[in-house]
Amino acid sequence: MAASADRPGGLRSWLDRVAPARRTEPRFEPGWRVIAAKEVGDHVTSVRFLVLLVVIGIAAAVPLYFASARIRELASQITSNQSVFLALFTLGPEDFGFLRADTFVGLFAPLLGIAFGFDSVNVERSEGTLPRLVSQPIHRDDVINGKFAAGLAVITLVLVAMVLLVSGFGIIRLGFVPDLSEVLRLGAWVLLTVLYVSFWLAFATLLSVALRRAASSALIGFGVWVLTVLLGSLFLLQLLANVVAPIPAQAFTEEDVNAQIRAAQTQSFIKRLSPHTLYTEASRVLLIPIDPVSSGSFTPATIEEAIQAQDPRRYLASRLSIEQSLLLVWPQVVGLVALTTVMFAAAYVVFMRQEIRA
Amino acid sequence: MTASSGDGRPGRPLRAKPLRARRPVVDPPPPASDARRPQAIAVADDTPAPDTNEPTAAEIGDAVIFARGLTKRYGTFTAVDNLDLAIRPGEVFGLLGPNGAGKTTTVLMLLGLSEPTEGFARVVGLDPAREPIAVKRRVGYLPDAVGFYGGMTGRDNLRYTARLNGLPRPLAESRIDELLSDVRLTDAADRHVETYSRGMRQRLGIADALVKDPTVLILDEPTIAIDPAGVDEILALLRRLVAEHNLTILLSSHILGQVQSICDRVGFFSAGRIVAQGRLEELRKLAGGGAIAFEVGADGDPAAIEGVLRGVPGVSDVAREPGDRPRWVVHAHHDIAAALTGALSAAGHSIDHLRRRGEDLLEIYRNLVPEERDGRVG
Repeated sequence: MAASADRPGGLRSWLDRVAPARRTEPRFEPGWRVIAAKEVGDHVTSVRFLVLLVVIGIAAAVPLYFASARIRELASQITSNQSVFLALFTLGPEDFGFLRADTFVGLFAPLLGIAFGFDSVNVERSEGTLPRLVSQPIHRDDVINGKFAAGLAVITLVLVAMVLLVSGFGIIRLGFVPDLSEVLRLGAWVLLTVLYVSFWLAFATLLSVALRRAASSALIGFGVWVLTVLLGSLFLLQLLANVVAPIPAQAFTEEDVNAQIRAAQTQSFIKRLSPHTLYTEASRVLLIPIDPVSSGSFTPATIEEAIQAQDPRRYLASRLSIEQSLLLVWPQVVGLVALTTVMFAAAYVVFMRQEIRA
Repeated sequence: MTASSGDGRPGRPLRAKPLRARRPVVDPPPPASDARRPQAIAVADDTPAPDTNEPTAAEIGDAVIFARGLTKRYGTFTAVDNLDLAIRPGEVFGLLGPNGAGKTTTVLMLLGLSEPTEGFARVVGLDPAREPIAVKRRVGYLPDAVGFYGGMTGRDNLRYTARLNGLPRPLAESRIDELLSDVRLTDAADRHVETYSRGMRQRLGIADALVKDPTVLILDEPTIAIDPAGVDEILALLRRLVAEHNLTILLSSHILGQVQSICDRVGFFSAGRIVAQGRLEELRKLAGGGAIAFEVGADGDPAAIEGVLRGVPGVSDVAREPGDRPRWVVHAHHDIAAALTGALSAAGHSIDHLRRRGEDLLEIYRNLVPEERDGRVG
């Protein structure tokens, strides 16, 4: 076996060392990369990509437009060397508080994941290209890995473009320049958002593997998004939590108080089953550094405390350090990684067990 | 741990065999495959039960495609039942049978795209279930109802296949040019595949299967849904490719008449089993039981004609066929076509029909598989 002809290459070469039986011949480029490269090309030149780029651009620009007056006002109050750069993403118009970039992304970025994943495998099936693809000298999982990687790359591209667009607007039109910690926060937020969208991409990939028709896959993906993200964040999750673990209204004894706390904990657990909750919590902590000084000597120990202490009026004071913010969002990030992994593993297993013939 | 380490027989040569494999003392030589797993690894992990029934090199011989007892079951349904197959280098083998007979399942098992429930397959000396990548590197496959990425040009579709096969770019480009001209698609090469006709797609599919420069070509229904002229063109193309590339071809079809002209040997598939296989002449004999039948039609008094036919030496039986035009089936033990025409014209009857039965595969097939008379095979 010509093992020396193999190029060292990350996971593949590690896999080859761990499971040498998998490799039979030298290969010059892993199959998943060839597939991913082709898929990225398809995505970037597709109408879908253009439409989504425009939609996301509008979603970012509209809140920015409404918020710019408020941001200017905020900026005029700056006394120290504190910057208000991140307010570009977290401030909306006074009347419609939800109309802010980070909320918009939380609500609509899942559509990116669904759009780039819902037809990834079933179209190969319906077009009859899947048998031809898997009869090439690649592993079957290269197909699903390559497609997932391509979706991830394109989503990252769109999100980074959006963030750069908003930042550019802030720098050029409003004259805000981010400092290092803000750049880091923004970078962490983009990573978090990519992770969040990759959950939806994995979910859409699962749909595309399990459902033969792209149309039903798209419809179900859209329906689940409406149900969990739109309605879920509006009232559905709260309703569910109230039904499962109602919080006692009155507390007279210590036991009553404990019961209240337990119910509240159950409620927040239920809400965190939704990736949207996890994302929103982590996103707010990353983008809105709170002010420990005006909250007394208080340093938030949990994410709830951090979010409850947030108030736009406190922007101007000193802020929570980025390390502390990252520490706070860590459980949320792990939760999102776990959900994404479970989704992708499900898609992977279903795909590997399926017969190739249609 | 090897078989010889603890068995107290120092004279026995050291062989890396699991202890459980109770094989005869005289072991047949291992299959002539260089890419098999190192035997030390096969000993190290005990999970794959050593199968003493593995085909031996002597059994496989020079067969490019070999199967023994190959079986695929889905629950209680047996798609492929105990299939034996041996295709020699340079041979064109036709796997013939109606839809749902298990042809595609067989092909998928040979490519390692589907795991056999039982039995063994060897393609170019490799086990497709264990080394699918190595097999797929050497085998070109044209799937049933082949599909292409419609938004890409024909050439780009082939480029993608070339990249998946790890071909260096210059080699890929020259080979793609060559193949496109072979399948007469050079002019359409830079058009999107969605503008291609069915026949063009099929020809592109053949080019696609050849991009990797395979030693074996597996074609699943290469002539399906194509008009007669297109079928002739594809068959001519295949004939030329066999000659030029020295390929071994396994093709499956349910339209017997279309592929009989290029098959060296055929296997008739019915309900997951090969009911007969061999060269066409052999199958004809098998189907006819050594007897020959002629269809005869002639002008004149039917009774007189029947009398003339019965009088020809060598005729064993004459039967009147139902229908508006008088037709007879004449059974004989050897070829008496010349004697029949001679006798009829001598008696003043002009012949309007004379045909030897069992000439085409459809009739052979019907004789061999009596239950398939519902016309699906036609």
